[in-house]
Amino acid sequence: MKNKKNLLAFPYLLWSAGFIIIPLCMIFFYGFTDKTNRFTFANVVSIVEGENLKALGISILLALIATLICVLLSYPLAYILSGSGMKQSGFMIFVFILPMWMNFLLRTLAWQTLLEKNGVINMILHFLHLPVLNIINTPYAIVLGMVYNFLPFMILPLYNALSKIDPSVIEAARDLGANSFQTFVNVIFPLSIPGLISGITMVSVPALTTFVISDMLGGGKILLIGNVIEQEFKQANNWHVGSGLSIVLMLFILLAMGLTAKYDKEGGSYF
Amino acid sequence: MKKAWFTKSLLILAVLGILPLIGCGSAKSGEEVIVYNWGEYIDPDVLTSFEEETGIKVVYDEFETNEIMYPKVESGASAYDVICPSDYMIKKMIEHDLLQEIHLENIPNVTNIDPQYMNESRQFDPENKYSVPYCWGTVGILYNKTMVDEQIDSWSVLWDEQYADNILMQDSVRDAFMVPLKLKGHSLNSTDKAELEEARDLLIEQKPLVQAYVVDQVRDKMIGNEAAIGVIYSGEAIYTQRENPDLEYVIPKEGSNIWIDSWVIPKNAPNVANAEKFIDYMCRPDIALKNFEYITYSTPNKAARELIEDADIKDSPIAFPDLSKCPDLEAYLYLGEDADAMYNELWKEVKSN
Repeated sequence: MKNKKNLLAFPYLLWSAGFIIIPLCMIFFYGFTDKTNRFTFANVVSIVEGENLKALGISILLALIATLICVLLSYPLAYILSGSGMKQSGFMIFVFILPMWMNFLLRTLAWQTLLEKNGVINMILHFLHLPVLNIINTPYAIVLGMVYNFLPFMILPLYNALSKIDPSVIEAARDLGANSFQTFVNVIFPLSIPGLISGITMVSVPALTTFVISDMLGGGKILLIGNVIEQEFKQANNWHVGSGLSIVLMLFILLAMGLTAKYDKEGGSYF
Repeated sequence: MKKAWFTKSLLILAVLGILPLIGCGSAKSGEEVIVYNWGEYIDPDVLTSFEEETGIKVVYDEFETNEIMYPKVESGASAYDVICPSDYMIKKMIEHDLLQEIHLENIPNVTNIDPQYMNESRQFDPENKYSVPYCWGTVGILYNKTMVDEQIDSWSVLWDEQYADNILMQDSVRDAFMVPLKLKGHSLNSTDKAELEEARDLLIEQKPLVQAYVVDQVRDKMIGNEAAIGVIYSGEAIYTQRENPDLEYVIPKEGSNIWIDSWVIPKNAPNVANAEKFIDYMCRPDIALKNFEYITYSTPNKAARELIEDADIKDSPIAFPDLSKCPDLEAYLYLGEDADAMYNELWKEVKSN
């Protein structure tokens, strides 16, 4: 019986070896070697070079802002939805996930057309004699793109965490004399932290590593760390530096994942 | 029993693994030609008619920039029969021994190519042994006459503050550096550190005025009146004028880049004879004309140009400028790995500033 299970797991093993482990090994190989295949730390250390460090700094800043906005938008929504009747909230969640069925690139391209100088939004504003919006090709547009694209990844885990809270816990808090504010601060919010943390991870990681959004909505004027890595691979044809910088970025992702794992474990103890 | 299970599943896996290989094998025995070309750089009907006339199946693959194409060919991971790189990249490929000589006697239609372009090709292919020109053009300024009152004739307009947020620059290293280098009267193939740093400083100075760094989108943004001035390839200029008659193209007086994209056959090409047939077909006047009308990039094919019915296009100063009267036009040369690295580093400084 056990062998049968192993056998069934074999394709997944093959999959993860072929598409996760081997590519990862290749990145580490390229990242720690130079063009003559000699071992070096230079590629990884190149993160502290002026432009790379600056790109990393901007990436972190924009990712943080985007994540914060996502939290502020998602939390009330998830809270309201988790409180409403099952049928209704299921539909609302469906509505928020619906755009994800469309290609990510197309949706970002659509924002480009919307935000352009003579784009749809400005045409409407102009028609209403309102001041036009000039945020295309600025960091604001990039943050907007990040928030728009990654918002569902924040709503879903928050909604899951909030709707899993046992109503009797809240009733107990009320019975013991807590008002609704105290109930939220002392009971509901702490119980939603695992969802919040996984939402933060799921938004900040892709926001930190994106290069498409900054390319399409930033007009190529704002270089994020993802763009630097992309250029090392595609333009400079220097896979070694590209891999070295990827390893640095991976550290940040591992950090975020470690954080999630920690809180997920603690979250388990609440139930 | 345990073992039987294991062998069975291994067998299944093995069969699944071999199946695609069989597919490849049988395709190789049939006649085919594997073409690697720029995106949107051919009339699709031409590929169909080639297949119909010769019975050779065309396997068609596209790339976006020379730099993306190069490592794929260099690694040998995928074998192509015909590739269409640009001048400096052809030079690099010759130097790295990636190309084979083309037997021009198997390409009778090559006589249709205007000798002056074969001559220009000598800059990167000194004996015309490795390449057959497909398209050529210049880089210049496209501007919208409704937004620009003056007659533009110089690169310096790209530093004019009244066009702030209305300028589109090319998002590629060589094309971006070409502009300030030419503006200051240097060669666009400069490897002089001081000249390049001066160019970098000019690009950084210009950055606040630039609306966006783009490649193919210059075309759509200029048609849509999104910007007043853009740096663009001459081939795109004809197309944009067709869509928006307010647009005007000039080659600035300080000089610019002249480029040629040519067909080459890589060393590891599996179907050399078919590759030659394909190149010959592309050189046929009626086919070159079809491609020109579809992609609007200037054809070096003299016989095809004679066939153009619209006199305005046939003698268009954009598509077919008189090279003898043109200001200082230079082709990009391959500058070597060190210079490439320097360009990339300086460009990164511009982009991250």
